[in-house]
Amino acid sequence: MTLTSIIFAGILTYLTRMTMIALISRHMLGDKIKAVLEYVPSAVFPAIIFPGIFINDFGTFIEINDPKIYGALVAIIVGYFSKNIIATILAGLISYWFLIFIVFS
Amino acid sequence: MLSKKQLLTRGMFDISPHMLSVIPFGIICGAIGVELGFNPYLVYAMSFIIFGGASQIVFLQLLSGGASSLVAVASVGIINSRHLLYGAVLSEYLEKLSFIKKLLISYIVVDQGFAESNKFFKKNRNEEYLHYHLIGTGCTLWVCWQIATLSGIILGSFVPEELGLKFAIPLTFIAIVVQDLKKLDHVIVMITCGLSSLLFFDAPFKSYIIISPLIALFVAALLMKLKK
Repeated sequence: MTLTSIIFAGILTYLTRMTMIALISRHMLGDKIKAVLEYVPSAVFPAIIFPGIFINDFGTFIEINDPKIYGALVAIIVGYFSKNIIATILAGLISYWFLIFIVFS
Repeated sequence: MLSKKQLLTRGMFDISPHMLSVIPFGIICGAIGVELGFNPYLVYAMSFIIFGGASQIVFLQLLSGGASSLVAVASVGIINSRHLLYGAVLSEYLEKLSFIKKLLISYIVVDQGFAESNKFFKKNRNEEYLHYHLIGTGCTLWVCWQIATLSGIILGSFVPEELGLKFAIPLTFIAIVVQDLKKLDHVIVMITCGLSSLLFFDAPFKSYIIISPLIALFVAALLMKLKK
């Protein structure tokens, strides 16, 4: 790893952040595109959530009874009703720990 | 009308719960770099220059696995290309800023900050200094990320690995989208994205992270047509 490669990666990353904010003005996008953009959070974040749950550190699928699946389900239920981020994360983590340290150990 | 300071503090407040996942992830990220045998200064330089959690880990792992720097740099670019979508959404609210301010604020746009500021923007369209909310979320994330990766580099992985704290990352994003489960169209879009990400997980350069949102947005466009 060299500083040069980091700088190139940094420039690329910055360009991904800057392009749409600074170089494209809003009226260049049509109304249809603007309406579809409403879905961006729902269309992007599951690509972080699903692999984070269903794929392990070695890049293979987890078993159907993996504690992460239950942890995620608990987080969804708690998050849905509590509308609280901290409660959601903690509920998921604690139920996950309960399973790996107490039930499955 | 809220003052600049109120908006800034509101942004910092709105993002703070996510530190529960960002800080452990930053520590892990710093520690991994040192464990893989890289120069600690370079590992830290990534946090400052790239400033993008998942892409930093992939960068390290690819290089330590013997990939060429070209492949590693390209992968970082592709993983982070999702910011193009965030930018397209945010541009509406940042339109009035000067070009220089747009260039500066772009540096601090990251996943969680985008998510929280976008939620706030939607509800408070008419505020004059909206971008201060984004500065609040972005700068808080930036400072915490620098401190967390630095502590991981210096202290090593003092977070026990058995705790599996990487799991906090999907949880933090569940917390972000969970309220949209009330809307059927959003549920369909989310499931499309999630399943596509698993299907394309092995696609080269980690491109699943941009392929699956594009498929999901295509489905969203179809759904909008059906609704009419």
